Amino acid sequence: MKYITPGILFIIIGLPMLWKKPVYSDFIAGAKEGIFLLKDIFPPLAAIITASAMLRSSGALDIALGVISPITDKIGIPGEVMPLVLIRPLSGSGALGVLSDILKSSGADSYAGRLASVICGSTETTFYCLAIYFAKTRVKNIRRAIPCAVIADIVCVITAVFALRVLGI
Amino acid sequence: MNYIWGAMMLISIISSIITGRVDETVNAVFEGAHSSVDTLISLAGAMCFWTGIMKIAERSGISYIFSRLISPITRYLFPGSSSEARRYITMNMTANLLGMGNAATPMGMLAAEALDKENKKPDIPSANLSMLVVINTTAFQLIPTTIIALRASAGSVDVVSVIVPIWLTSLFSLAAGIAAVKIMNRSL
Repeated sequence: MKYITPGILFIIIGLPMLWKKPVYSDFIAGAKEGIFLLKDIFPPLAAIITASAMLRSSGALDIALGVISPITDKIGIPGEVMPLVLIRPLSGSGALGVLSDILKSSGADSYAGRLASVICGSTETTFYCLAIYFAKTRVKNIRRAIPCAVIADIVCVITAVFALRVLGI
Repeated sequence: MNYIWGAMMLISIISSIITGRVDETVNAVFEGAHSSVDTLISLAGAMCFWTGIMKIAERSGISYIFSRLISPITRYLFPGSSSEARRYITMNMTANLLGMGNAATPMGMLAAEALDKENKKPDIPSANLSMLVVINTTAFQLIPTTIIALRASAGSVDVVSVIVPIWLTSLFSLAAGIAAVKIMNRSL
């Protein structure tokens, strides 16, 4: 696995050099475009990161947990995993923090630890993605994309429970 | 996004009053704003590096060859997209698959920009734009390196036992997302 990145870099730089392409000036031209991307990323980044920090520290997530935990208990999601389910779509670093808490407190090889690992590994930070990917477009109303992304997230959590059960882990 | 972000802010403020955590929430405003700068700076170097590398791949034709190879898949998922957009989409999907998140994000943004040019109703996302975002929010990854590292550091004796369930789960949620985009854009 550790050879993937160096391997890709070797091919992407090596082949064009063989073909006598100006690799350095191409690199600089591309890196310049990267700066413009950053400029577009920052406003949505600030909006989403701040809002999810507020949601966490205001206790809103705890209130939401209280409401949905009777349902999620029935599906077979342990209570200690639920904070992760709620934070995962909002904040990537927040989710990793919650995951490492679960792994430490419940044990990495417990059911809760495995379920948390699977949920964390098989989905991305949905709202961050939505904000960033639309940053460079003219789209004003992204409503159509939201239900699709949320459906994928819910299926992810439910499948995670069943995958562990079916595989007997 | 207007409603989502607005709701996130308002719900936080209301529940901070209910739970009596107003001070913590006000602090979170400043901490959140601060950590968004940290996140940007931690992204900046990698972002410029990977857009640089990808520009080499693009101008030398490597990314063209590669996107031709997987064009049966990208053509099905992104009908009617230009070959420029499909090149970025290919790079974005490959980077995600290999777990190079830092490279995937800039490629995804360039893909979104290219797809936006083909969007006939620019106010709302086209089917292809929704598809791009949904594929990225499920982010199918061959080896989930971060999770494995976290499990190892938490003292797991069976670090890799979660890989197969992660593949299954990602595939199902990816399929659900793709189906949702296809169905929703057919009925609208």
